[in-house]
Amino acid sequence: MEVTRVEAVTRTYKVGEVETHALRGVDLSIEAGEFTALVGPSGSGKTTLLQLIGCLDLPTSGKVYITGHDVSHLNRNQRADMRRGTIGFVFQFFALIPTLTAYENVEMPLLLNGHGAAERRERVMGLLASVDLADRGDHRPDQLSGGEQQRVAVARALASEPTLILADEPTANLDTSNGEQVMEIMTHLNRETGVTFVFATHDPRVIKYARRVITLRDGKVVEDRLVSEKA
Amino acid sequence: MIQLFKMAYRDLGRNRRRSFFSALALGMGLSLLLLMAAVVTGEMRGSMESTIRLESGHMQVRASSYDENKTSLAWSDLIENPNEIGSQLAAFPQVVLATPRLFASGIVSTGDQSAGVRVIGIDPPSQANAPFRDGLMRGQFLQADDREGVLIGQPLAEKLGVVAGDQVNLLVNTSNGDVDQQAFIVRGVYTTHTPSYDEFTVFMPLVKAQAITQAQDHASVIFVLLQNRDQAVAVASALKSSNYQIVTWEEANEIILETEQFAGAYMTVLYLIVLAITATVIVNTLVMAVFERTREIGILSAMGMKGGRIMTMFFAESSLLALGGIVIGFVLGGLMVTYATKVGFYIGDFGITGIIFGERIYGYLKISDAVTLSILALVVTLLAGLYPAWMAARMEPVEALRGGQ
Repeated sequence: MEVTRVEAVTRTYKVGEVETHALRGVDLSIEAGEFTALVGPSGSGKTTLLQLIGCLDLPTSGKVYITGHDVSHLNRNQRADMRRGTIGFVFQFFALIPTLTAYENVEMPLLLNGHGAAERRERVMGLLASVDLADRGDHRPDQLSGGEQQRVAVARALASEPTLILADEPTANLDTSNGEQVMEIMTHLNRETGVTFVFATHDPRVIKYARRVITLRDGKVVEDRLVSEKA
Repeated sequence: MIQLFKMAYRDLGRNRRRSFFSALALGMGLSLLLLMAAVVTGEMRGSMESTIRLESGHMQVRASSYDENKTSLAWSDLIENPNEIGSQLAAFPQVVLATPRLFASGIVSTGDQSAGVRVIGIDPPSQANAPFRDGLMRGQFLQADDREGVLIGQPLAEKLGVVAGDQVNLLVNTSNGDVDQQAFIVRGVYTTHTPSYDEFTVFMPLVKAQAITQAQDHASVIFVLLQNRDQAVAVASALKSSNYQIVTWEEANEIILETEQFAGAYMTVLYLIVLAITATVIVNTLVMAVFERTREIGILSAMGMKGGRIMTMFFAESSLLALGGIVIGFVLGGLMVTYATKVGFYIGDFGITGIIFGERIYGYLKISDAVTLSILALVVTLLAGLYPAWMAARMEPVEALRGGQ
């Protein structure tokens, strides 16, 4: 099943009189269960593409489909609805709410989706256990290491049982050990739950986990290849 | 919603000092407003009470042609049979007392000092004279049959340099348009703690006043006190007569009521100015919070939180700040109002024509004022919180996420 499809998408930013073409006509399709890396140098358009697929932004032209729905012209609230029900995010900067505990951070998407208290508790505890943080639920982000914070972020991305998880440079701020641990967990969750992961990176140590690698350069897809799974 | 308030509470706790000072600003604004409301209400209330007690009573019966501004002593302008009318009034269950008084203009002098005064002939035993009897500082109160004694106010005694037992000359106008003069003994010096009244008012027994002014058995007014001032209109209606004019305390003190209304309008403007200033502090705090948490707004938005909910979250912060400010305001305001109510503020000899002010202003806070001001503070703060909340809600997630990096 196709999770997302991008057709002839362009995205141009205009700052003053200067136009920057972040994407110059991208076509791609991602199937359910994929574990796909978007790679390329800085400025190649990886983050912009993730933002468009994640309904955080709208394309200048072209179409973006999520689970068959055209999201290219949705308004702000419609896009929020689409994100809440379908998409989870993992950001480079961990992106936890500093005033909430790890438990509450993971619980937040469930609250937004209106889940009951008992269901929330069961699900949050399960998710924290799945990222090896069952005993750290009452810790605030500043009491967690970078790796732990990113694992909480992964758990939170999974909380609302999304179809698609988008991760932008998820290991960029982590040391090798923590980075590998986060990637192992993401790989494991991908296999266990079947949720689709698309992550942007230019770190070769991360790319090796991907089963499909899409290379962008100057706003265009220059290579799209399937690779063997990590042994 | 509970979660949003929990987040709002914790967010305020991130910068406790800033949040505290924002709430304190509102609290100080509110406490000042409570104090101002209490002082103005107390001032007007005190003025009205003093005027009723000393001057107008709850009701006055006058001759139909009597003009209080002329202090006329012509018999046609006076009440011919004050005791008879007094008896009729006493038959009303609402009437606590009814006593005749005679007003005359005069000049009191001693040596080279003199002062224009109003001479009031009173029935000394009447309870209506309690403010002067209770306020006796030196000497004795008047006796009904005293033919030589006067009671003068303390500021006047100081001005003339006389004490109880000293002699003064009193020149008064009379019913036939002449003046008469006589030496009097200062029997006592009184104070009502109302300098503007005490400085110009000299009392003597009614019979003596009637004699010296040649008013015979006449009186200027029947001074009436009721059980409750709200009964004045009903009693006045029952008494209506073509021979007399019945003047209630409200009619006699229109200027105070008008001043009170004007003060109310003026205070409303002042309330809004003070609250606008405190609202600016709240806006500043919340705008700072929005800027500081731009990335978090982006994260929440990425999770699917809609603008309305983000707005509610910041709105919850302004609500909590408002509640904190109101609590602080009540504590500070309560202390200040208590001081104003118990101790008061000395204003000395301050007077406006037609209004009697005591030498101290005592606060009086109406519950309705406290409730109205609290609601006003809450509403203004919530309105102030709208802009930052709207600003947060309108952020594009991409820009918000980028802004925090």
